[in-house]
Amino acid sequence: MLEFSTRFSRRRLALLVPLLTAGLTITACSAPGSEPTTSEDSDTAVSTELGTDPITLEMYAETGFPLAKALADEFTKQHPNVKFNVREDQFTVIVENAPRVLASDNAPDIIRLPTMVDLVKDGLLKNLDPYFDAYGWDKFPASSLVQLRLADGGAERGSGALYGMGLGYSVTGVFYNKKQAEQIGMTQPPATIAEFEDLLAKAKSANLLPIMQFNKNTAGINFPYQALQNQFGDPSQIADWIFQKPGATFDTPASLKAAQAIEKWAKAGYFPKDANAIDYTAMMGEFQKGNGLFMFNGDWESANLDKNMAGEVGFFLFPGETAEAKNVAMSAPNTFGVGARAKNPDAAAYFLNWLHTNDKAREISVNVGGSHPGGPSDLALPPVGEGTVLAETLAASQQLGADNGAVDFTANATGGIFAAAITPEMQKLIAGQQTPEGYVKAVQAEYEKELNR
Amino acid sequence: MTSALGSAPAGSGIASRPGGGNPARPHRKRRWSRTAQWVGWIWVLPALLMYGFFVLRPLVLTVQYSLYQWNGIGAATFVGLENYLTVFTDRDLLKIITNAFVLIIFFSFIPVALGLLVASLVRRITGGPAGTVVRTVLFLPQVIPLVAAGIAWSWMLSSSGLINQALRAVGLDGLTKSWLGEFSTALPAVGVIGTWVMLGLCTILLVTGMSKIDPSLYEAARMDGAGPIREFFAVTLPSLRQEIGVCLTVTVIAALASFDIVYISTSGGPGIQTTVPGLEIYRLAFSQRQVGLASALGVVLMLLVLLCVLPIQRLTRGEKA
Repeated sequence: MLEFSTRFSRRRLALLVPLLTAGLTITACSAPGSEPTTSEDSDTAVSTELGTDPITLEMYAETGFPLAKALADEFTKQHPNVKFNVREDQFTVIVENAPRVLASDNAPDIIRLPTMVDLVKDGLLKNLDPYFDAYGWDKFPASSLVQLRLADGGAERGSGALYGMGLGYSVTGVFYNKKQAEQIGMTQPPATIAEFEDLLAKAKSANLLPIMQFNKNTAGINFPYQALQNQFGDPSQIADWIFQKPGATFDTPASLKAAQAIEKWAKAGYFPKDANAIDYTAMMGEFQKGNGLFMFNGDWESANLDKNMAGEVGFFLFPGETAEAKNVAMSAPNTFGVGARAKNPDAAAYFLNWLHTNDKAREISVNVGGSHPGGPSDLALPPVGEGTVLAETLAASQQLGADNGAVDFTANATGGIFAAAITPEMQKLIAGQQTPEGYVKAVQAEYEKELNR
Repeated sequence: MTSALGSAPAGSGIASRPGGGNPARPHRKRRWSRTAQWVGWIWVLPALLMYGFFVLRPLVLTVQYSLYQWNGIGAATFVGLENYLTVFTDRDLLKIITNAFVLIIFFSFIPVALGLLVASLVRRITGGPAGTVVRTVLFLPQVIPLVAAGIAWSWMLSSSGLINQALRAVGLDGLTKSWLGEFSTALPAVGVIGTWVMLGLCTILLVTGMSKIDPSLYEAARMDGAGPIREFFAVTLPSLRQEIGVCLTVTVIAALASFDIVYISTSGGPGIQTTVPGLEIYRLAFSQRQVGLASALGVVLMLLVLLCVLPIQRLTRGEKA
């Protein structure tokens, strides 16, 4: 009897478990995912009125950058019927979460965006062109928004419909420690790359660390690398590559020359010996402790450096091969977009317009965010303290705008290029495990792999 | 699980009266046994549903995803076994899988060997209050979150960290380096962190196992003239076969499926020197959005774990029986 019942239930179990599994996975029988929603809503009428009904805007922003929250608070102060529900995550987490969050029923109205291409391909972002017309954003410098345009449903960047706006438009360059600069006899920023290399050598022989740069987790040495790359060739080639224009390649003489320079600098000991074990936070800590003459970084650190190293830090745009060379620098909007499934897209767009044009908001953008507030070219910049590094980065931003020299980061070319190629290959390059030729080829190979996917 | 499910209702209904003490009521008995079986199923059902929903369903879905090329949101394309082909032909992915096997040395073999040594040494004092202290200290790494351990170790192993300070203090300046940042030392350095974490677990399991060994065996060995080393190989080691099996199983899985220690201490760098399958699956799925390839690598990882763990189980169980 015992035997019978055991056998019996075993048989039943053998039957039931697959049945149960099948039942639970019945939804899995069809292919995963769904076709992107094709109904393009760019023709629907948009409103530039905020109204007086109480609403709550869902905002998804980046931890450690208080600007978004500060602007939201000021907006609520001016428009008490609009409240914000701010969710914050680290940028890498946003990169991972953005598609799922935007596809969910509770999609954010305003979201900090990583690379937009995939999101637009999947129909997750709102086309902002109707607002562009309604608010007259054509008065903004076109170059400031070009990186946020996508054509043909995301096939190509740099033209087409607008999918985002900047909460500040940052610029990158070289921060320097004024005391150490004095020590090696640097009286003014270098005018050419040769002068810059000369300073590196002087710093090295004065037993100073020439460049403090991180290279763990993500390749921080891509900052100096692209700074060189921008100057060694036509920056529009780099822009085309980042925007995925057909035929664009990373395998250019400029890229190779830049890789050779980085290899040379690494061999000469201009970077920290353990750069591959230093992350961004550690780099900032070391630089503020006085370890490092130069640091390649962006103006998002200006306010921070003014606070922690008041009066001790200067900033310059990376020079060209000749003193007359045009200013070129990586510069990108701190991109925010509106979810395609957002509940209050009109209010979100109103907020985006407001932060570019409202005096108080622009002041907050500069003082809290440390970056150029963007907006119409004829609007004056908010005043900043004399002698601060913030004043220097803002001036650099103006200078760059005048030269039309803004280039996006190569790290933004595709979703995976930074993690899958630039970071590991750059770590190899500075450790002598990869040749400059190999570096350039490896990055291009990964790029092609991703585009062919 | 099968026998547990099957025998529970049977046991409650029939087996408790093995002699069949009441042959006059066979009908009722059969009916009762049937009901009991269904009652058993009802008791098990909630757990079974949870298991099915949270373990079996994701497993089946992962296998399904591995046959598609999919970015996680948009439309998916069926590609058959192409993702598996990539896993087995991509040089980087093969290197990543190899890294996990190198970690087995540090996560499994060294902790078990050291654990045996430490356990033999502390066995004699495990009874008193000193024993409690030793056990607590040894087990501490298990209590500390791996993320915290990873951060602490990456400080110690940094170029100005404790390890290098110690080397400098004894005049070995030439040996100092950024242990986690250099290509030649990064993987062993990560492995050392794993050894530290796993050593406590192994030692505790082995000490517990030793305390169950019949003291008369040692007595007999000693009377036969065995020294401590002979005693260890003749008595201790064979008696601990099952515990060693558990240690190896747990640590091999930890090595092959490692993620947190690597993610915190090196993020897989420099290059892909310390990237392990767990980290790569996460990157592929969430940063590069190749859900199909990530799933395929996940399935391969699961099979590798089973391939390594099943022989260990068989070896340590089979010989005992």
